[in-house]
Amino acid sequence: MSLFGEPPATLSTTQKVATGIGWTGVFILVLALFNLQLPSVFLYSAIGLIGLGVIIFANDLYLGKSAGVKNDGIWFRSMTARGGVAWGTGIILTLFYIVLYWFPQYLGYNPDGANSGLIALFDPLSRLISGHAASQWFVYGTLYTLAILAFGYKFLLKYRHNKYEVLRTWSVMFFQLGFAFLIPEILMRLNQPYFNPVNIWPLNYDLFAGYKLSEFFSGGNIGLLMLFFGIASIFVITPILTYFYGKRWYCSWVCGCGGLAETAGDSYRHLSDKSRATWKFERYIIHTVLVLVVVMTIAVVYSFLNENPDRFWLDKNVFLLGSAAFLVLLFGLIWLFKRHRLAKDAKKGAIISLSIVLAIIAAFYFSGMTYGYLLRQWYGFLIGAAFSGVIGVGFYPIFGNRVWCRFGCPMAAVLGMQQRLFSKFRITTNGGQCISCGNCSTYCEMGIDVRAYAQKGENIVRSSCVGCGICSAVCPRGVLKLENGSLDGRINSDAVLLGNDVDLLDLIQQQKKATRKN
Amino acid sequence: MSTKEHVVIIGNGVAGITAARHIRRISDKKITVISAESDYFFSRTALMYVYMGHMKWEHLKPYEDWFWEENNIELKQAYVEKIEVSSKMLFLRGGEKMSYDQLILATGSVPRFLGWDGEELKGVQGLVSKQDLELLEENTRNCKSAVIVGGGLIGVELAEMLHTRKIPVTMLIREKAFWQNVLPIEDAQLISRHIESHGIVLKHETELKKINGTNGRLTSIETSSEEELTCVLLGISVGVKPNIGFLEGSEIETDRGILVDANLQTNLPNVYAIGDCAQHRQPTTGRKDIEAVWYTARMMGETVAQTICGRPFAYKPGHWFNSAKFFDIEYQTYGNVSANPGEAEQHFHWQHKDGEKAITIAFDPATFKFLGINAFGIRMRHEIFHRWLTEERDLEYVLSHLREANFDPEFYDRHEKEIFSSFKKNMINSHT
Repeated sequence: MSLFGEPPATLSTTQKVATGIGWTGVFILVLALFNLQLPSVFLYSAIGLIGLGVIIFANDLYLGKSAGVKNDGIWFRSMTARGGVAWGTGIILTLFYIVLYWFPQYLGYNPDGANSGLIALFDPLSRLISGHAASQWFVYGTLYTLAILAFGYKFLLKYRHNKYEVLRTWSVMFFQLGFAFLIPEILMRLNQPYFNPVNIWPLNYDLFAGYKLSEFFSGGNIGLLMLFFGIASIFVITPILTYFYGKRWYCSWVCGCGGLAETAGDSYRHLSDKSRATWKFERYIIHTVLVLVVVMTIAVVYSFLNENPDRFWLDKNVFLLGSAAFLVLLFGLIWLFKRHRLAKDAKKGAIISLSIVLAIIAAFYFSGMTYGYLLRQWYGFLIGAAFSGVIGVGFYPIFGNRVWCRFGCPMAAVLGMQQRLFSKFRITTNGGQCISCGNCSTYCEMGIDVRAYAQKGENIVRSSCVGCGICSAVCPRGVLKLENGSLDGRINSDAVLLGNDVDLLDLIQQQKKATRKN
Repeated sequence: MSTKEHVVIIGNGVAGITAARHIRRISDKKITVISAESDYFFSRTALMYVYMGHMKWEHLKPYEDWFWEENNIELKQAYVEKIEVSSKMLFLRGGEKMSYDQLILATGSVPRFLGWDGEELKGVQGLVSKQDLELLEENTRNCKSAVIVGGGLIGVELAEMLHTRKIPVTMLIREKAFWQNVLPIEDAQLISRHIESHGIVLKHETELKKINGTNGRLTSIETSSEEELTCVLLGISVGVKPNIGFLEGSEIETDRGILVDANLQTNLPNVYAIGDCAQHRQPTTGRKDIEAVWYTARMMGETVAQTICGRPFAYKPGHWFNSAKFFDIEYQTYGNVSANPGEAEQHFHWQHKDGEKAITIAFDPATFKFLGINAFGIRMRHEIFHRWLTEERDLEYVLSHLREANFDPEFYDRHEKEIFSSFKKNMINSHT
């Protein structure tokens, strides 16, 4: 029985019951850890209860109310405002990831025989789809997909008035269920290599790993097709789609990391750090990870070619020289045509990065050794598991839903460069209409200070912008629009705000140009 | 001993801060911004979102705290009690004095109270300042019902805020429909219906007559229709007035606001006034002498900065534009759409069957020149309407090119065809 005038900080009774239902489902999963050998009905009940809990919660929260922005109480509630519930959730998630990656035996994973524990519970479902017993990755994949579908439903209800958000959410739900979960499992059933077509290198850092390349080459034509598709995805399809639509085509419509962030992570998007200091850190760390993945990939491919010297037409040293040449060419093209878009420290960073990578390639060349296997292990541990998994998802309730995407993902770094340098995508700001309320910046999951652009009348063309569209959705005055347009004038740093005397505006624009730093 | 000119700005709202930023861009004068309300500039338009839990106070600050030092703009939290123009001296509460070379008054608005019996009771308040927001939190801690007087922009925001805390709200509206002193009747009725659909009780053509209280605290009010309504909170939103109380007795000429000429200068050299507190002696044709709007405050800040830095510019606002949000319906306006059009103005109105989207276009019936548009629930591109007004386009042009002006997110339903055919039907009907 709540008092009138209470800030909306507590859940309604229905929401509490729904939460209970969801946790009951989780409880069944926890129960399975104790090797109780529960029949498959428990698995399907667990999945069903978790889904049902989320659905009932979402219905109570969003249905029956007029469609529109639904952010009441976000900064009052414990779960969404870094309260005790959020910390608890974060700790549980982080522990789950640690166990998943580094202690799967506690989940019941047994590579040498029958599974036990939680993983055994999932055996029936795994056999149904792929014909194989489950692994910790199948359990993870199932729960991940369940999260995206259930929380996707919640998100669809919340933003049902916004067609862009609705279509985008259906898209990530489709790609997760179809491409990221079902297709790879079905491929296993057909005795083909495990392949998720929408997990693109460099996000999928294992695409060129030795064991994977062996799989592709022993997989007949399908294996070759997969490898070819993997290469085409990053070198052909990505630049083309990013040119037309910006990096949002991947980060907000296709990618599984993005899919979880936008659905289950929606409750945490406002927790991203908007400060200038964090943005400076972001630029350095994300490009460092890109350098690491490039070096690691070159190393593992070299190792693979080294171990199979007569199988392939590509000589290992030719590969090294080719990689170096490709990077120099890429750098050269950017320097020639787009260096005016690079900030001073970005230029320095680019030169230093290129030099480091070329030096490492030279070291590989002259020593004949790359430690490919070791590099891959370390990258997998630090970046693949710790950063992307443990920190990336475990820290949702405290640091926001896009920590990996913003600070680590090398795919994001590549897409971001393409977006900033030659994409038609931008977020247009609507003349002089911005009232500086701050909703856009608060709800930007990538920590972009959107308001800073809107209140100057400047378009937003930022490498980190994933085009989720939420800034536009929460803007109370219709100031922001995600759109694709001409490259000319899309970056308008000297914009002025419509509404004042035109001669004055001209003067102000000249003054802006004159005082432009670098 | 500094030889740099000292510009002092009283008021750290959007007017004062815009002036400060622009002055800093084009000069290295010493700039001090004084405010009694807050330590840093915050967006007043977002006060409601703090109450509703959408944002925290720190999110309201458009600039991070390092911005001021980095740009050499000094901030002083103090209340100016007196301005001595002869000695160019400000007297701050607490005894401190501050001298100025140029003074900009940007003190903003305060809520207007109409002198009701009982208006000083606890539980009666307006909503303009940070302190008002804090008071509202206190006043609504255990609030079983609220009454809001005044159907305008602050009123509807107050209603939305209270609604998020399940406080039953009744609004007393003087006009026949919501904000009908600004909106044409069909638009106002659409808004009234939408607000009512959220469970807010609207009493149109009703005014506040008396405020009752016990032990200094509000207990109920009496309306002009002789109805008594119990309430714990009485929100006053019948308008705002310039915050110039502190200028009483000074040589700065005031009327309802601080009187300024075309260059935003007061009767005294080196003293200027901008934003809500300024009253234009000779307002631009079609504009009010006091403009209490975010956008015009910002524009006056932009203008006065040039004058202060030696390049006198008159305040010459361009085509009128404004925006608001009534619960879930966004409103934008470009050009001039009168609430009660005279002979020289005719309206074309279209409404979507869901009642949440509408446009009203004003045009000259003799020439069909496009005069202005009110858009509800459909986002419109400022740049396009600004251009069409400058180019003096006619009604048919605007309607047939309406697609270009759409600013809705991608994949949204389009209504231009429906609007155009509705217009055609209207024209045919009106000619039979």
